[in-house]
Amino acid sequence: MVVVELKEIKFGYNSSDEILKGISFRANPGEITAIVGPNGAGKSTLLKIIAKILKPKSGIVLFDGKNLSKEETTKIVSYLPQENSIPGILTVFEAVLLGRLPHLSWRVKKEDLKIVRNTITELRLEKYAERYTSQLSGGEKQMVLIAQALVREPKVLLLDEPVSNLDMRNQLEILELIKKFTKERKISTIVVLHDLNLAAKYADKIVIISNGKVRACGDAKSVLRPEVLAEVYEVEVNISSSDGNIHVLPLRPLSRSFCSEVC
Amino acid sequence: MTDIADAYSKIVQKRFLFIFLFLVLSSLLSFVNLIIGPIKLSLFEILQSLISPREDTTSIVVWEYRLPWTLMAVLVGGALGLAGLQMQTILNNPLASPYTLGISSGAGFGAALAYVLGIYVIAVPSEFIVPINAFVFSFLTCMLILTIGKIRGFTSETLILGGIAISFMFQSLLALLQYYASEEALQAIVFWLFGSLTKASLLKAQIVAVVLIAVTILLLFRSWKITALRLGEEKAKSLGVDVESLRVEILLYVSILTSVAICFVGVIGFVGLVAPHIARILLGEDQRFLIVGSILCGGLILSAGAVASKTIVPGAIFPIGIITSMLGIPFFLFLVLKGRREIW
Repeated sequence: MVVVELKEIKFGYNSSDEILKGISFRANPGEITAIVGPNGAGKSTLLKIIAKILKPKSGIVLFDGKNLSKEETTKIVSYLPQENSIPGILTVFEAVLLGRLPHLSWRVKKEDLKIVRNTITELRLEKYAERYTSQLSGGEKQMVLIAQALVREPKVLLLDEPVSNLDMRNQLEILELIKKFTKERKISTIVVLHDLNLAAKYADKIVIISNGKVRACGDAKSVLRPEVLAEVYEVEVNISSSDGNIHVLPLRPLSRSFCSEVC
Repeated sequence: MTDIADAYSKIVQKRFLFIFLFLVLSSLLSFVNLIIGPIKLSLFEILQSLISPREDTTSIVVWEYRLPWTLMAVLVGGALGLAGLQMQTILNNPLASPYTLGISSGAGFGAALAYVLGIYVIAVPSEFIVPINAFVFSFLTCMLILTIGKIRGFTSETLILGGIAISFMFQSLLALLQYYASEEALQAIVFWLFGSLTKASLLKAQIVAVVLIAVTILLLFRSWKITALRLGEEKAKSLGVDVESLRVEILLYVSILTSVAICFVGVIGFVGLVAPHIARILLGEDQRFLIVGSILCGGLILSAGAVASKTIVPGAIFPIGIITSMLGIPFFLFLVLKGRREIW
């Protein structure tokens, strides 16, 4: 179990403008923390900073209170980028096996094979194991990539829009699975989502990022409010709740002048 | 349902079998290469003089001509196959070959300098002037590309565009040299650019062998990381691969390998492009097998080319570079048109 803590993260691709202007929040083990916000808010950048692929200008990411090196981070963090390619001529089994890269030696150990087998079985991908990844549908491919992320037995799971190109059923299936693994294995899962309804349904905590800052942070009920979403997305929304779930219905885009009056 | 881990082990076994088959085929073709030539020798005579060399004509023919020729075909083919594979991997481009970044143009210009102006970089025995010039200039090409990468970042786009620019630069310099060259020098340049195994020697074969083995071992140690590179830059980074330094490292190995291979035999096309593709179809993307497979496949293609070059025109040796290109193009088109779409 590892608690992830971000403290005052600042970042800019060039020195003049900052896209992240001091982001702080905390992600707990066994919980899904969803990061939402408009396009270009810096959500993907933030995940890369947590995965230590990018270095922040200032601020710090702590894992259980410790500032880990890149190598140490790689050992406990699994990161699934938004754009994913699996080369055509890799079988599903091999693609998942590659997830265990830090452990792989020239001769693949029995233990690694076992973990790969168990992960593939748990995700019900057995029938695809010998197939080439290029023969899979979008949903199946995403499943394989999630298997690749999970096979490393991570303590922290970072997912960048894992369901954005999938149909409804696949979206639900994959998020159910992520929820299950997060709870069972006490993983601290941080996921970037665009669909606020999915965020409301699956996330334990939602962090809204806008203009490089955390605009709101908390459970769906406290965060997904019309005035917040109007300010962040410039959209008029209707928010309702049923069966304990929050539903966001976008109504119309707000004109920029109207928005500045309201907000 | 069979256990999927067992199924994977079976795939691995199958790959070992393919590698074994490649080895057998390479050995067979090498024997054919030893047997074919203007002087008729039986396999028994050849084996005898290989095992216990004597002072007779047979031994001289075998040790001075047939063996160097045969070994160079396998080794240069292997080196080009491996170099092509790694270029395709680091540039993430199925059309890359050892020459994509202009190494061949650099080498050609270096060789031409020696032929036309008699300029050489290091004073060495005359047999090595052209190879060393070619090596130095092809290596210089790589250093130029590394410098471009250092300035603009080691993305495949930067490397390819930089390679194209450098390639054109050396091509125009080469054309300039050809314009001023005497008839004999011009002929020598053109012949060098065709690629040929006629200047093979045991020493040259040994040099290529040492470099090829060293680079292969170094790459095999990084085989999982190189395979992960194919998952995309960000994914590889998140798996703990230092993508940039791995790219630079591979580029350096490939440069040395290609430079050493072509400086002795000239520019032999298509082996470096086609061999990795055939190996990939048969062995998959796992570099533990693909590295060895590409070497063997490259060796096989060039050995076949060497046999053809001795048999197409009876009594004469046809430049092998022309043969590999001629055989390579239809085969490559076949791969593109009929091949499995998912290869790349």
